[in-house]
This record gives sequence, structure tokens and C-alpha cells, in this order.
Amino acid sequence: MTIGAGNGSLEVRNLTKHFTIGGGLFGPERKIVRAVNDVSFTIPKGTSLGLVGESGCGKSTVARSLLRLIEPDAGSVIFDGTDVRAAKGKALRQLRRRMQIVFQDPYSSLNPRRTIRQALEEPLRVHGLGSGKEISEKAEAAIAEVGLSKEVIDRYPHEFSGGQRQRIGIARALVLDPELIVADEPVSALDVSVQAQILRLLENLRERRGLSFLFVSHDLGVVRHFCDRVCVMYLGRIVEQGVTAEVLDRPLHPYTKLLRDSSPVPDPTARLTLTKILGEVPSPADPPPGCTFHPRCPRAAGRCMTAIPALEHGPGRKAACYYPERWPDLQTAEAAV
Amino acid sequence: MTQAQETALEIRGLRTEFRIGGQWYPAVRDLSLSVAKNETLAIVGESGSGKSVTALSILRLLPQAGARIGAGEIRFDGRNLAQLSEREMSDVRGNSIAMIFQEPMTSLNPTMTVGEQIAEAITIHRKVSRAEAMAEALHLLKEVKIPSAESRLHDYPHQFSGGMRQRVMIAMALACRPKVLLADEPTTALDVTIQAQVLMQLDELKEAYGMSVLFITHNLGVVAQIADRVAVMYAGEIVELAAVDALFAQPTHPYTEALLRAMPRVDRATENLEPIPGGVPAVTAMPPGCAYAPRCPYRQPSCEKDRPELVPLDDTGHLVRCPVRLAKGRG
Repeated sequence: MTIGAGNGSLEVRNLTKHFTIGGGLFGPERKIVRAVNDVSFTIPKGTSLGLVGESGCGKSTVARSLLRLIEPDAGSVIFDGTDVRAAKGKALRQLRRRMQIVFQDPYSSLNPRRTIRQALEEPLRVHGLGSGKEISEKAEAAIAEVGLSKEVIDRYPHEFSGGQRQRIGIARALVLDPELIVADEPVSALDVSVQAQILRLLENLRERRGLSFLFVSHDLGVVRHFCDRVCVMYLGRIVEQGVTAEVLDRPLHPYTKLLRDSSPVPDPTARLTLTKILGEVPSPADPPPGCTFHPRCPRAAGRCMTAIPALEHGPGRKAACYYPERWPDLQTAEAAV
Repeated sequence: MTQAQETALEIRGLRTEFRIGGQWYPAVRDLSLSVAKNETLAIVGESGSGKSVTALSILRLLPQAGARIGAGEIRFDGRNLAQLSEREMSDVRGNSIAMIFQEPMTSLNPTMTVGEQIAEAITIHRKVSRAEAMAEALHLLKEVKIPSAESRLHDYPHQFSGGMRQRVMIAMALACRPKVLLADEPTTALDVTIQAQVLMQLDELKEAYGMSVLFITHNLGVVAQIADRVAVMYAGEIVELAAVDALFAQPTHPYTEALLRAMPRVDRATENLEPIPGGVPAVTAMPPGCAYAPRCPYRQPSCEKDRPELVPLDDTGHLVRCPVRLAKGRG
């Protein structure tokens, strides 16, 4: 089942996922949580796309939907010309070998009663990739590739530090030689010095293996460093997307600007002076009408309260806002994209 | 730091030890610092640097078994907290020194309304009626800008968002008008826009209440936002102490410098993120010399033998624990 050109890219179109909460005999009122609404993006082969936003914006749901760890309700996910949502049986197993995930907390995703060797060899056995000896060599090569010594492979997860466990989590994703890695907050639980080690490791792997990344994070600094392009999500929708540095230096959507301006920078001369950060993210079970950001938006007016702005196409840049920020030099910047 | 300011809290030579396998090992070593009235002192460091243990030592909240303050004084209000009886200490806790923690949900009682919890903090330390305490609780919720405070007073913690819970914690900490507020990673679990709100609010309240704040964090960005002075901790020691502007303009200890280089920034491109090789030494295996020497690119043979002292870099109160850098700085 091949659709379009199989050029190794991931194309996501109009992805939607709704959850139902409540209901039941004694439970609260039944409600629908629109976790992901009409999300579309493309990750060309060998590039990395950042997905940023605050808790509850749907970024992790998007990440998991791509691998069908959560079944999306609507939309399409096309990886290298193959429809992921329609794939069954052998075709789905094949796809899952090529798309792997790295989680935030590697400790809770490693079985405490199995050694690292068992954790790394299992996916190879499941996919039937090679003889026992080949599988063993492959696991050892993966552990060396992430910067751990081969001697540690027969140890248990509790014997490792947080940074080392994240290396193991990455090694487990690598053993199957994937082409796309979905990384869900892979460095958020780590100290700054260790975080830099893991980011460098991921960069090296990306260059050496030509990997594509969907990189989910709440840390704009990390995303700026690692991702070529970025999608900013708010309450289940993408509100802005573009080249990472462009989006962060000249945000069009007021939410992107708020997010950027709230991110602390290590410079006491650039202290936050904004006093207008109002309110909190509303519940996705009960989003406001119109543009969901309007209750917190300093620029909201008129139709923002009633209609949802479309994610408009510009050259290399898109923003879902009726009254985007203006940047005098943006035109030239767009021309350069 | 203006020298004339009165000191609210002073720690001298603090050594906090933990018992591991029958032996006592120091998690905080020879720590001295002072917080002036109306000042925010940030303690920044990575996991295992001893920053939280320092705060817990001040309030003597360490576990009874297996932990002890081995040496040093904690001077507050003319007394040494390290030598107070448990009874005297519980009069200090939540009263003249209050503390807020990282995860407000685990510090709030899920079976009591937030109003009752704040009122409880007031009635424990002050002779007021329940009604008066509830009125004060309402005033505090308004002070920390909880919307429609009148109705939320009777809500339970699970009905609040993370940011609102942390505000409730702050309201509770302010209940007895503390002189010193210990804030242990209070914004780490919050989203950045909420973090920005809480940080600005803490700063306003510090001014309004004339408090001193000891702010513990791992995030140098947060330090730059809120601190007046900064102590950088590594492996249980302060390695650099300076006014916030001086620290970021002239990071002098190799560890401070390395931390800044390892941190990706939102406001500019960081082409070369430089990781710090290796890891923090275990508390049971501290090297005899400088604790940072095994990871330090400027290491000299003497660094591995002699433990360096925290000495002034200049006359502005900028202290650094690195003889190699000091020698270079003085040229």
C-alpha cells in the first residue's frame, strides 16, 4: 500500500483524537476531551521537528498516535509512502521497526527484573532479526553506540543513573535500526550537564544514521538547540509552525510570544517584566469558543471570540491568528526560507 | 549586597551527615552563607549537590535516624537553630521560618479544604478563633491572587490546578508572616507561563512582607530571574557565591562556567552545547582534593591533593573555591 513518493518522510494530515471522560453510574458528567484537533505536519527524512506546548496541549498524544500506541480517531499518518493507520499484521510490524520511541522516564519503561541485554535483545527476537549470536552482537553494538561500556550489558536497570538509563532507552530504540525516532521529553528529567550529554548523543546519532526526529518538549531552549522546525501547540491545535529560530525570534502567534517570553534565560539583565501573563490553560474538556487562546490573549478582539482562525499558509511559516504580531524584517526572513 | 542590611539568617560551617553502611558521610560540607532581610539568595546546583539538604537542615526536617547535623551553627533571631529542642523548633517551623516544596499536591492534605489548612497553620502559632483564622485564610488567598477566593476557600486541593496549588502553599507559608521563606524548587513542576507568574508573585510578596527568601533551584534561568545573590553548590559545597549580576557576567568557578555552557538557551542559537563529562562523585567516594577536579579541564596536580578554600575574588563579596582560577584572575 504505497501512497505518494516513498521518500522516507513522515506526513501527518488532519490528525484528531478525542477522549471521553466521566460518565458511568456514579461518575461526573460525561465529557469529550478534544486532545488533538486537526494537526498536520511533515518531517522530511533526516530532519527534526519539535512539538512544544504546556501540559495538556496534546503533544504527547500526537507523539503516541503516530506509532498507534494511541489509536487516532481521524486523519492520516503516512510514513515513507505507507499508510500507518491502515497497516495490519506484518506491514504494521515492519513500520514499528522503522519508527521507534524514547520516553521521558526510562526507568519506568524498563522492566526492573530483566537485564539490559534482555531488554535490548527482545525487540530483535520479536522481529526475528538474525541468529542468537547476531542478536547478541547487535545489542552490544547498540550499547557501545550510546556511550556505555559493553561490560554493563548484563546489569539491571536500578544499577544505572538517570542519564545512563536514558542512554539505555535510546539504545533500545536503536537496535532495530529505525529511521524515525519519536522522543517524548527525552531530556526533561535530567540535570543540565547530563541533558547536554544526551542531546549531543542524539545529534551524533542523527548525523551518523540520518535519523528523523519528532522531538516533544516543553523546554524551548532544548527545542531551539535540537530541532530544525517547530510546531507550537495550544489546547490540541497547532497555533504556529516554522523554522525554529524564526519562530522563536519573531513569533507571529501571541501564544508563541508568551511562551518564549516566559522561558527564563540565564541573564539577569533580561528579567521578565511582563505583568500581563493572565490566567491558565483552560481544560481541554471545556475549551473557550473561537480561538481557544483568546481569554489569555492581549490582542484578542471581535471575531477571536467566535471563530477559530485557520493555520494560514505563508512562505515557510504558518500561524493560526487573526491579529498576528508584526515584525518589520519578517518579509526578508521569509524570502530566505 | 549592601553591607548595612541586617542579616536574617546566617549559617556557619554547616556539616550535615548521613549514615551509610555504619559510617557517617557528609552531604553538606563546611557551608557558610547569610541571607539579608529583604534579600533573595538562590542556591543552584544539580541533583545530589546538597541544596535541598541545606534547606532541610535549617528547619531540622532531616530524618531522625541516619541523618545528623555534624557541625556548624544556624543563627536565626539570636539563637542557634541547630541546638534548639524539638519543641522550640516546632515553634519556629511554619511560623518565623516557612517552607514551600516542589510538588504542592504531596504537601497538601487531600481530606481538608484549603481554607481549613491555611487556618490550621494560623491557629497553631497564634491565639485566634477559628472564624478569625478563616477570615485571614481568605485574605491570604486573595493576596496570592487566587480568582474567586471566597468560593475556592472551601474547595479541596484536587480541585486546584498545579499553579493554583502552589499559590495555596505560598498562602499557607505566609500565614504567620515568616521572616525567612525557604523555597525548594517551587516552580519546577509548573509550566513556564505559570512559573513566570509564580516567580513574579514571590518577588512581590517578598517586598510586601519584608521577607528573606532562600530559593533552591537547578535552573540557572530561574536564578537569573529571581535572585539577588547566588550560591552555586557542587558535591555538598558552595563553589561560588556572588551577586547575581556578577555571577552571570563573570562566572569564575569552572563548574559555574561549565553549567552555563551546557544550558541551551531560548533567546539565542547555541551551536556548541558543551556537556560536562562524567558525573557527580558519590557521597561515599568524595575525592580528597577538589570535588570537581575529576571533571575539570583546568585541573592541576595540586587540585587532586588539596581541598580548596572558598576565598574572595575581589572586594564585592564574590567568593570562589578554585585556586587555579583565582591565580589566573589576579594575573
